[in-house]
Amino acid sequence: MAPTLRVVLCGSVDDGKSTLIGRILYDCRQVSADQMQRIEEDSRRYGTQGGAPDLALLMDGLQDERRQGITIDVAYRGFRTPRRRFIVADAPGHEQYTRNMATGASTADAAVVMVDARKGILPQTARHTRIVAMFGVRHIVLAVNKMDLVAWDRGTFASIDAAYRTVAEEIGLARVASFPVSALSGDNVTRRCAHTPWYRGPGLLAHLEGLEAEPPAARQPFRMPVQYVNRPNPDFRGYCGRIVAGDVSPGDPVRVSPAGTAAEIESIVVWQGTRDSATRGDSVTLTLKPDVAVSRGDVIVAAQDPLEAADQYRARLLWMGDEPLTVGRPYRLKLHTHEVGATVTRIRHRVDIDDGSELAAVQLELNDLGVINLATNRPIPFAPFDESRELGGFILIDRATNATVGAGTITYSLMRAANVKWQDFDITAEVRADLKRQRARCLWLTGLSASGKSTVANLLERHLVSESRHTYLLDGDNVRHGLNRDLGFTEADRVENIRRVAEVARLMVDAGLIVIVSFISPFQSERDFARSLFDKDEFMEIFVDASVETCARRDPKGLYAKAKRGEIRNFTGVDSPYERPERPDLRLDTEKLSPEECVELVIETLV
Amino acid sequence: MSGTHTAALESEAIEIIREGIAVAARPVMLHSLGKDSCVLLHLARKAFWPAPPPMPLLHVDTTWKFRDMIAFRDRMAAEAEVRMIVHTNRKGVDAGITPFTHGSDHYTQVMKTVALRQALDAGRYDMILVGARRDEEKSRAKERIFSLRNARHQWDPKAQRPELWHLYNTRLKDGESLRISPLSNWSETDVWRYIAAEGIPIVPLYRAAERPVVERDGQLIMVDDDRMPLAPGEVPARRRVRFRTLGCYPLTAAVESDADTLDAIIAETLAADRSEREGRLIDHDAEASMERKKREGYF
Repeated sequence: MAPTLRVVLCGSVDDGKSTLIGRILYDCRQVSADQMQRIEEDSRRYGTQGGAPDLALLMDGLQDERRQGITIDVAYRGFRTPRRRFIVADAPGHEQYTRNMATGASTADAAVVMVDARKGILPQTARHTRIVAMFGVRHIVLAVNKMDLVAWDRGTFASIDAAYRTVAEEIGLARVASFPVSALSGDNVTRRCAHTPWYRGPGLLAHLEGLEAEPPAARQPFRMPVQYVNRPNPDFRGYCGRIVAGDVSPGDPVRVSPAGTAAEIESIVVWQGTRDSATRGDSVTLTLKPDVAVSRGDVIVAAQDPLEAADQYRARLLWMGDEPLTVGRPYRLKLHTHEVGATVTRIRHRVDIDDGSELAAVQLELNDLGVINLATNRPIPFAPFDESRELGGFILIDRATNATVGAGTITYSLMRAANVKWQDFDITAEVRADLKRQRARCLWLTGLSASGKSTVANLLERHLVSESRHTYLLDGDNVRHGLNRDLGFTEADRVENIRRVAEVARLMVDAGLIVIVSFISPFQSERDFARSLFDKDEFMEIFVDASVETCARRDPKGLYAKAKRGEIRNFTGVDSPYERPERPDLRLDTEKLSPEECVELVIETLV
Repeated sequence: MSGTHTAALESEAIEIIREGIAVAARPVMLHSLGKDSCVLLHLARKAFWPAPPPMPLLHVDTTWKFRDMIAFRDRMAAEAEVRMIVHTNRKGVDAGITPFTHGSDHYTQVMKTVALRQALDAGRYDMILVGARRDEEKSRAKERIFSLRNARHQWDPKAQRPELWHLYNTRLKDGESLRISPLSNWSETDVWRYIAAEGIPIVPLYRAAERPVVERDGQLIMVDDDRMPLAPGEVPARRRVRFRTLGCYPLTAAVESDADTLDAIIAETLAADRSEREGRLIDHDAEASMERKKREGYF
């Protein structure tokens, strides 16, 4: 039997998606007697078919869906015909539930795009088509539904078919198969239609039965992202993962990306034994010889075909967040088994849903599609999405809410050096610093409110100035009142606040100064962003460390007390998180050390 | 098996299990003693071989499970490699809550839903592997593979995270957890084929045998012990029956069957005209009752 075909049903609301799958299930005898009985009961209560069994109710499994007669979230339903197995994702048509439709589309081999013959192509038809195209769904099937309501008119079908093909062509979808159908009666779906002598093709279901689920197995180099390192005892270290491309045998030379370390496959371990080979789709455990360092997120690849790693990308993005996408704001990015901090550095354009034109945009709103530049805080092995869904598809996660807010596909990597030409000046940062007889630095103090940042920063600056150094101190007060006067305390503003401070610090370091930055800067991604602006030795992340309890006890400005009473929202350490630095260059424990001792430590480290 | 439908399901399930465990601080696997749980445990063994599954099993004992199930559990717990945690809602037992005296709805709420919440709170588990399948029930067909529960273990069907490709968002806030369903894409037949192919031990009740049953509202209820109150004149009859799904014995109906081998069970499943959970009385208590129970934290 052919492999299971995963199909997503999409199109605008009320185009008949749930009815179509209900009809197919019914005609394939996949509805059990007790389910049918329940449908008949529900139909009398909520049905849209005047008391006759409403087959859409088979799929609309949530109470709100049955009450409102709409589909809110995607439902998955497996069924089989004598020829093959299917898993159908019945996606919601409403624009507000586009992210649920995207969920169903992301794993589909084929998409059935439904259009109401009376309404023709709607904005949601185009939006869904763009999403399935972006996600690389290989087979597109146009179902012009409710043909019975236009008296099976050939001209209506032909004009919708032509209009859709124009859209599909512009998007770059080569092949579309079109069907004039009635989901309600099953005509041209599961049975021949007596009213369409002008249509001689197969029924829609028969067409789906014949589609290929997997692309023909072209020889691809071996790739396996490591999910889990299995170390039950000192003698065994296995790397668990699912092979996403190619095949593998013991003795094969491999590399571990991104490090590039070379090794050889020692064995392919499976339950109670080993195997001689494994291929795309298999979940296995590999052991390597020699046993080089490998961790979750690394990709084991064929030695002769290494995988590229990058930290800057061009990508397509479907925005699914209720809050708009903000350039420069730190998100988490998940790409195969990697999770890293990431920011969108630029929105190149937003895609017009109707005609595909490129629109200028400063942000992407819910359900917008766009093309972006993306930066991750460290290089990740990847492949363009066109080559590999598994190595080129990513999600963005909001740091505050943990919501999945973006679905993206990598187009290619942007090697920054090759794409951005910097103006060369004769006078360099080094020249300016030499003139001041010092080395320019950025000393970034992070820590909770009342941890002692300002005290240490002030003392440090006085000490440096007393040694004739040229310094500048950036803190909340002098920046908030001028440069960042336009920013409030929303999430987006807090991100922008830190971004500007980091950029200003960079200019001042370029000018040859020793810059002391004293900001709570609670998120590692923000601090990593700041670090990314500087050369390796120019930046020092200094963690001014005191426990929340200690800080709340000190509370010189009474802020903790206010936050606890709920008078201040989003207060770090109370109702907003502080991410302790993972690897600070220096940690100052202000519960044990005096401010003078802290300054001494900084100076020692600087020298 | 490589390249087959079953192999693809197995590889997908193992990938999901590993993904959950790789990021878990405190993982656990719910084990109902049913066939799906047995398959899930087998898959976890395969996923981490040669190591034992790196999570304990949690069984919520309502004290009304079939005796065969409890015997099966005790044999399983005796195996060295798995740690089995058994939890019962003692307050419910002390209050004398039974399916006969308090109605199936209230009983399920106290002895299953509340009991599960107690056990999950006690263990502070973040990644919870479960054997749910989308083909069981239509609100389950709507659920994500990694399904978010709030600190009170409730499911919010209207605020599910998008789930793209095989990229699972496992970020949690304090007290939140994920119910992870590696068998989401499996059908009842797939489960039986896999049990047959892999030789996975299952509770004998799944196989047809002569058992004492009474007929109530058209459903065959097995008289598993003498706690079962019989109506005046009601006499258990011995009939050849088996169970398609196992829960608490007074709330799980048997079906008449001669299928006493796995092959016969598979043939019967393929030909079935009734759905698997029809014998689960609690699914039908009220309209959308499974969805409501899940909103309250039920498995």
